Amino acid sequence: MSPSVPLQEMIRAIRSARTQCEERGVIQRECATIRAQFRQADNEGRSHNLAKLLYVHMLGYPAHFGQMECVRMIASPRYSEKRVGYLGAMMLLDEKQDASLLITNSIKNDLANSNQYVQSLALCTLACMGSAEMCRDLAPEINRLLRASNSYIKKKAALCAVHIVRKVQDLGELFAPSARCLLTEKNHGVLHGAVVLITELCECNPESLERFRKTVPDLVQIMKGLVISGYSPDHDVAGISDPFLQVRILRLLRILGHNNEAASDAMNDLLAQVATNTDSTKTVGNAVLYETVLTVLDIKSESGLRVLAVNILGRFLLNNDRNIRLVVSQNILTSAATTQKQRISLCIQLYFSFPIPPSRALELSLALVSASNIRSMMKELLSFLSSCPPELRSQTASGIFIAAERYAPSQRWHIDTILHVLTTAGGDVRDETVPNLIQLITNTSELHCYTVHKLYRALHNDISQQPLVQVACWCIGEYGDLLLRGECQEMEPVQVTEDDVLDVLEAVLQSHMSSPSTRGFALTATMKLSTRITENVDRIRSIVSIYGSCIDVELQQRAVEYNALFKKYDHMRAAVLERMPVIEKNSQGHTNGDSTGETIKENLAVKVKQAEPQQAANQVCDLLDLLGGSEPPLQSSPALGSTAPLPVGTAGTAGGDLLDLLGGLEPTAIMPVSVYDKDGVTVTLSCEKQSDSGLSITLTASNSTDSDIRGFTLQAAVPKSVQLHMKAPSGDSLPARGAAKVTQMVVLNNPNKVVNLKMRLRISYTSQGSAVQDTVQVDSFPGLGH
Amino acid sequence: MRFLLLFSRQGKLRLQKWFTPLTDREKKKVIRDMMMLVLARPARSCNFLQWRDLKIVYKRWYASLYFCAGLEDHDNELLALEVLHRYVELLDKYFGNVCELDIIFNFEKAYFILDEFLMEGEILETSKVAVGVSLEEADTLQEGEAKEAWRPLSAGAC
Repeated sequence: MSPSVPLQEMIRAIRSARTQCEERGVIQRECATIRAQFRQADNEGRSHNLAKLLYVHMLGYPAHFGQMECVRMIASPRYSEKRVGYLGAMMLLDEKQDASLLITNSIKNDLANSNQYVQSLALCTLACMGSAEMCRDLAPEINRLLRASNSYIKKKAALCAVHIVRKVQDLGELFAPSARCLLTEKNHGVLHGAVVLITELCECNPESLERFRKTVPDLVQIMKGLVISGYSPDHDVAGISDPFLQVRILRLLRILGHNNEAASDAMNDLLAQVATNTDSTKTVGNAVLYETVLTVLDIKSESGLRVLAVNILGRFLLNNDRNIRLVVSQNILTSAATTQKQRISLCIQLYFSFPIPPSRALELSLALVSASNIRSMMKELLSFLSSCPPELRSQTASGIFIAAERYAPSQRWHIDTILHVLTTAGGDVRDETVPNLIQLITNTSELHCYTVHKLYRALHNDISQQPLVQVACWCIGEYGDLLLRGECQEMEPVQVTEDDVLDVLEAVLQSHMSSPSTRGFALTATMKLSTRITENVDRIRSIVSIYGSCIDVELQQRAVEYNALFKKYDHMRAAVLERMPVIEKNSQGHTNGDSTGETIKENLAVKVKQAEPQQAANQVCDLLDLLGGSEPPLQSSPALGSTAPLPVGTAGTAGGDLLDLLGGLEPTAIMPVSVYDKDGVTVTLSCEKQSDSGLSITLTASNSTDSDIRGFTLQAAVPKSVQLHMKAPSGDSLPARGAAKVTQMVVLNNPNKVVNLKMRLRISYTSQGSAVQDTVQVDSFPGLGH
Repeated sequence: MRFLLLFSRQGKLRLQKWFTPLTDREKKKVIRDMMMLVLARPARSCNFLQWRDLKIVYKRWYASLYFCAGLEDHDNELLALEVLHRYVELLDKYFGNVCELDIIFNFEKAYFILDEFLMEGEILETSKVAVGVSLEEADTLQEGEAKEAWRPLSAGAC
C-alpha cells in the first residue's frame, strides 16, 4: 500500500522542529489547514487529512474537531476512507461521546456489506468502543454473523460478542447456542474466539457454566489434537502447536472443572499428557505448562496429577529464567491454591519434591504467613524446623520468631511457640532470643504461672538446650513461688516441691553441658528462690557458699556477693530479690503487619531490641544491676546491639559485649579533674568518649582525713535527654589517710548531642558517727573535645 | 489485556491501543506512569511488574522501543510475552525488517496490523500467515480504489 505523502511530509516537518515551541507552531498550522479542509465538502485528500490529525492526536494535542469528520468518513462508500474513518473513531471517539451514537447506523449498514473487509472494520470498531446502547442495538446482527458467514467474519464476530457480553451481561443468553456451535469449526481463529466467548459466558453466568460443562469432551478433543498432532506450520511456535489456543482452552477447562468431579475426571488424562509432553525449554512451552499447573491445582485432580504439577512448579522455581521464577512464586502460591490448607501443603510438597532447595521452600512459606493463617502456618513451620537441614535451622527459628511476634493471635500462643522452638532447635537460636523472651514473659503477667510451670517441665526433661535452660532458670527464680503454689489456671496442677526445684537448679549448675552464663542464671535463680521458698533456705545457703570457691571467676564473684547478702545484708535480701518490674520495650522499625511490601524475610535482618537503661541512683539498684547483669542486654548501654545481616555466626554473646564494656575500659592517660574537695574528701573525674554519643566517666574518691569514712555513696543526675547508667562502686568505705580509693563508673549516652553537658553529683557518707551530704555540679568534662 | 503501548526510550508514544474505556486524562496518566516505570527498569530485570491492580508486561525491542501491556489478574503473563513477540513478528513481516521509523511514518498501518491480530484485548488470529493474507487483501482493496479513481470517466466509474 502506497504511503500517504502528505502525511509523511507533515511527520517529517514535525520531527525536524528543534524545540517544543517550534513543534507546536508546525502543528497549529497543520491543524488550521486540516480544519479548513474538513469544512470543504468534497475533497480528494480526506483520508490523508484525518490521518494527519490522528498523528497529531497521538503526540498529545487536542483533536476533537475531527470527530465529525470521522463520522462522515465512515459513511463514505470508499474503503480507504472508511478504513481511516473507523480508525479515527476508535482513537477519538469513545462511548461517552455523543458523536459515537451517530456511527451506529453506519456500523449497522457495514455489518451487512458484501465485502468482508468492510464488515470487519465495523466489527472491530464496535468491539473497541461500542457503548451498551449500541451493543444492545446490534447484538442480533452479531449473532447472525456468528452463525452464517465465513471464518474471517466468524472469528471477529465472536470477539465482538465478547465485548457485548462484557458490556451487557444479559445478552449472554443470546450468544450461548451460537458459541456452542462454533466449537465444531476447524479454523483456529474461530476456535480461539469461541473459547474466549464461552469463557466469558461461564464467568458471568453460573447457569451457562452448568450448560457448557457438556463441552468438556469437545475441548479435550481439540486440545489433544493440538498436543499430539504433527507439525503445523501455520500455528507452530517453537515446536508447540498454537500455544495461544492451548492456553485459552486450559483456562476454560479450569473454570469448567472447578468443584466438579465429573468434569475434572474427563480432563485428567489430557492434563497429564500436556504436562509431560510440553517442551519446557522455551518461554512459550512454559506458558502452556504454567497454565496447565494452574488448572490442575484448581480442579479436583487426582493425586498423581497433582504430584506432576507440583514437580513442574518445583522446576519452575529453579529455572534460570527470572521471569518464570517470579511469575510462579508470586502468582501460583498466592492465588491459584485458593484455600489456606492447599497453599501450605503446596509449600511443604515443594520442599519434599525434588529438587527444590529447602531454603526456597522456607522463604516462600515465610512470605505467605499472614494474620489469617498464622496458626496453621506455624504448625507447618515448626514441623519444618524439626526436619530441616541444620544450616537452615537458625534462619527458620528467626523467621518463626518474627512471624510469631507479628501475628501472634494470643500471648499464650506466642509463648508456647517460642518455647517449642527453644526445645526443638534451642542450640540454633540467636542470642538475643533469651532476653527477648524474658522480656515477653515479664510483660505477660497473667501468664507467669503458666509459663513457669511449662518451663519447669521442659527443664525437667532436658537441660542441654542452653537458651531454654537460661530462660527456664530465670523464670523459676522469678516466679518460683507461683510454681510451688501448685495451682495454675491454664494447666493441670502438678505438685512441685521446693526440693524438686532446687534439684533441677543444682543439676543445671553441675551439668557439664551448662555454659558459664547458664550457670550464672542458675545460681542467681537459686539465690532469688531464697526469698520465695520457706523451708529450704539453708540448702540454698550451702549451694551458694560452695560456689564461693568456684574456679569460674564470674560465678565465684556472684557466689561471694550472694553470701554477703545472706550474712551482712540479710535485712535487705528481700528487697533486693524482689520481683523484677515490667521492662520497657524499645524495639526498632516495627512495620504494620498489613503492608504488602514487607516480608518477614526482609525483617530477618532488622530486629534489634534495646531496653531503656535504668536510672541507678542508690545502693539497692546497684546491687540489682549486679543481679540483672547476667541477663544481657536488658540493662546494657545503648551503644550495644548492632544487627547481623544473617543469623548465621553472630560473634560472641551479648553478655560478652556487656562484660567487655564493664571490664575493658582502662582509665585514660588524661589527668582526672577534681570536682569535689571538702573536709578532706576528694572526688576526681576522668572521662573517655566511647562513641559518637556515649561517654564513660570514672569517679574516684579518696579520704585524706584521719578517720575512716563509711557508707560512701555517689548519686548523679543529668539533663533529661541524656541517659545515665551508674555501675557498681568498688566499695563504700574510704579508709583514713588515703589508704584506699573508691572508684565508680558512670556511663552517659547523649543521643541528642546536648551541648554543655552538665552533671550534678550528690556525695553522702558517714564520718565519725555523723552523716554528711553534699551536692556539686560538674560543668565541664575533661577529654570531651568540641 | 487492558491496554497496549509502544513508546521510545526518549518517552515518545508511538502507538496506543486501549481495550477498556478511559477518559483522555486517565489515558495520559497511564501513559506517564508506564513510561516512568518501564524506562527506569535496569537492564536485566524480569519483564513483569505490578502496577495498581494490573500486571504489567513489557519487552524492549531494538534497544530503543518498548512494548508495554497491562494485563488483568487472570491473564497468563508468560503468554503475554509471546503475544508481544508475535506482534513484532507481524510488523517485521509486513514492513520487511521493520525499524522505529517505519512505525512512525506508517503509524496507521501499525494499527491496522494490530487490529488483525488483537481485538477486545484478546487474540483474534493465531496464525501469522492468516494475518498476513488479510492485510494484503485489505491493502489490495484500498489500492484498487485508488486506481479506480484515476480511471477515465466511463461507464461504472463513481
